[in-house]
Amino acid sequence: MAGVKFYIDLCKGCRLCTTACPKGIVAIDAETLNSKGFHPATVRREDMGKCIGCAFCATICPDCAIEVER
Amino acid sequence: MKTVFKKPHALTDTPFHYCPGCTHGIIHRLVAEALDELGLEGDAIGVAPVGCAYNNYEYFNCDVQQAAHGRAPAVATGIKRVHPGKIVFTYQGDGDLAAIGTAEIVHAAARGERITTVFVNNAIYGMTSGQMAPTTLLGQVTSTSPTGRKPELHGYPINICEMLATLDAPVYIERVASNSVKNINSAKRAIKKAFEIQRAGLGYTIVEVLSTCPTNWGMSPIESMKWLEENMIKRYPLGVFRDRTAEAKASAAAGAGVGAGNGAGAEAGAAGGASAAAVAGNGAGAEAARAGQEARNG
Amino acid sequence: MAERLLMKGNEVIAEAAIRAGCRHYFGYPITPQTEIAHYMAKKMPEIGGTFIQAESEVAAINMVYGAAGAGARAMTSSSSPGISLKQEGLSYMACAELPAVIVNIMRCGPGLGGIMAAQADYFQAVKGGGHGDYHLVVLAPNSVQELYELTVEAFNIADRYRVVAMILGDGMLGQMMEAVQFKDSEDIRKCDKGWATTGTGLERPHNVITSIDTVPERLEAVNNRLQARYRDIAANETRVEAINCEGADIIITAFGTVSRIIKNVIADAEKEGVRVGLIRPITLWPFPSQAIRDYSAGAKAVLSVELNAGQMVEDVMIALAGAKPVYFLGRTGGMAPTQLEIVGKIKDILGRAS
Repeated sequence: MAGVKFYIDLCKGCRLCTTACPKGIVAIDAETLNSKGFHPATVRREDMGKCIGCAFCATICPDCAIEVER
Repeated sequence: MKTVFKKPHALTDTPFHYCPGCTHGIIHRLVAEALDELGLEGDAIGVAPVGCAYNNYEYFNCDVQQAAHGRAPAVATGIKRVHPGKIVFTYQGDGDLAAIGTAEIVHAAARGERITTVFVNNAIYGMTSGQMAPTTLLGQVTSTSPTGRKPELHGYPINICEMLATLDAPVYIERVASNSVKNINSAKRAIKKAFEIQRAGLGYTIVEVLSTCPTNWGMSPIESMKWLEENMIKRYPLGVFRDRTAEAKASAAAGAGVGAGNGAGAEAGAAGGASAAAVAGNGAGAEAARAGQEARNG
Repeated sequence: MAERLLMKGNEVIAEAAIRAGCRHYFGYPITPQTEIAHYMAKKMPEIGGTFIQAESEVAAINMVYGAAGAGARAMTSSSSPGISLKQEGLSYMACAELPAVIVNIMRCGPGLGGIMAAQADYFQAVKGGGHGDYHLVVLAPNSVQELYELTVEAFNIADRYRVVAMILGDGMLGQMMEAVQFKDSEDIRKCDKGWATTGTGLERPHNVITSIDTVPERLEAVNNRLQARYRDIAANETRVEAINCEGADIIITAFGTVSRIIKNVIADAEKEGVRVGLIRPITLWPFPSQAIRDYSAGAKAVLSVELNAGQMVEDVMIALAGAKPVYFLGRTGGMAPTQLEIVGKIKDILGRAS
């Protein structure tokens, strides 16, 4: 089992992580606004099972907003 | 489950001020990861540029000196000569390094200073809002090339790695990019290798990292990554332009004297900092004065 | 007792720096000070020190910035045009509170000017040639012996107050040879440099050397700290020499090499029944304003004699605030005033004054 953790308030909504995820489960949470007024990226709870912990999203994140477990 | 990816220790907890999608944040992380993995954070002394990364001392946990625009390689030279055993690196943008600081980077490299340069090339001046840089591509629109860069008006882009590769002293010169997971991972390997070469005292190392500037390019972060791939890499091909690690190790191992063995070339300049065990006391001064007189008479 | 040696001014500066514990020198060739670099090029490698002939004076001052920020005693030297190139670096060092010594062996200007002695960089040195509110401590020797003593003292002042101290000499001083009496050992007053970038060793928070703060309140606090330090320096480090001022008819203010001409003027004028006093600022910054007021109290007038078109005279006038008429005699282009010329000027002034 693998998983990712998003530090919502570090995210600037740049969307780069959404292009890197090989499983296509990283997406922008349009219902949420973080403290900077951005829609942060996230992985929906129901999609977390598909995460393989490859850390592609974290690698391309410019703000160290993503932690990965495996 | 184990954490396999998190913010490296060598980065502080201060969130980056960079624009959304700016690759400075990625490159800062790569430098910090390299310091962590090599156990060098405690020995590292960084030199910050003038540009978007002017205050990278708020992000790196190691000691940092902020340098005047373009002068980071000279500041780093001063630091390294005082602390030859420490890991000294400059982190510079293309305005800082390829425009006002061209003399400093060329001569620090030519002297074979045992420092590492992380050169962030995004083909534009970011901090001052989008002016043309020496690395701006032909045809690229900026606030000071409003109808696109034209050779007859603005001259041609400068390929720093290729230029420095004409010098004897540099041991390792590589250009990488920060616009994809694959490229980011190879960028990290390059930065880590540069630090390893410095730790071994072998000579000058530089890694040029092609980067994006979504705000001043006027594109989204995702479009910027694509633009880099399709335009910058054509002008600035990725790859290793110099790797004399083996030769440098060999001549260092052959005990070619402190300061010698700066890469290939028989007459490798004795450019490295002598192990500056400062001679205490003033005995040295007195007979130096006499010697001074003889020298002058000589 | 250490030896007494006949040595060239420029070489004595380099020897003094080494004796003061300077182990990092960054220079660049420019007449009339290059012997400093020659001496360092020979000596530093012998004692495990650093000598770099930088690619430019701009690079050299920034190497000093790095070395000083790393906690070392570091020095650079140049002559007028080169010192102009270093002004940005000096402003950065002032704000980053970095101690160092810089030597200006002045040549005549402006522009490429000439290689003869001059004193036309006074304003640049004392008013701050770079941007922003800052000062260098400016020491003006008038002999090769003083080049030695003041260079050693410059390092102590720089370290104590975390400022850049400047030795302001001129081409004559740098090129002339005089006897120098060295001490057996130097009075090196080391200071704690816990602020330096030496590598955290993971045992302390990181040190940052910087001169920028985009938060106005904080940058003003930095400026206030610098200004308070400058007041402290003015209170403790002002140096001046006064000769024959008691009952003087006229006081001459002169610094550096020119002050030696004035000593002869005093003798000449005495023969003609005119008592001339000399006030010689040794620190040009902090300027000895009080001494000028005190020693000129009894005189009819003050005459400033300089190798420029009138610079220190302005500070003399500020110091006196109208209390005395102030006159000026200067030569430029590498020319120097003769004793005859100065005595003539004195008679002209006193003639008008009586």
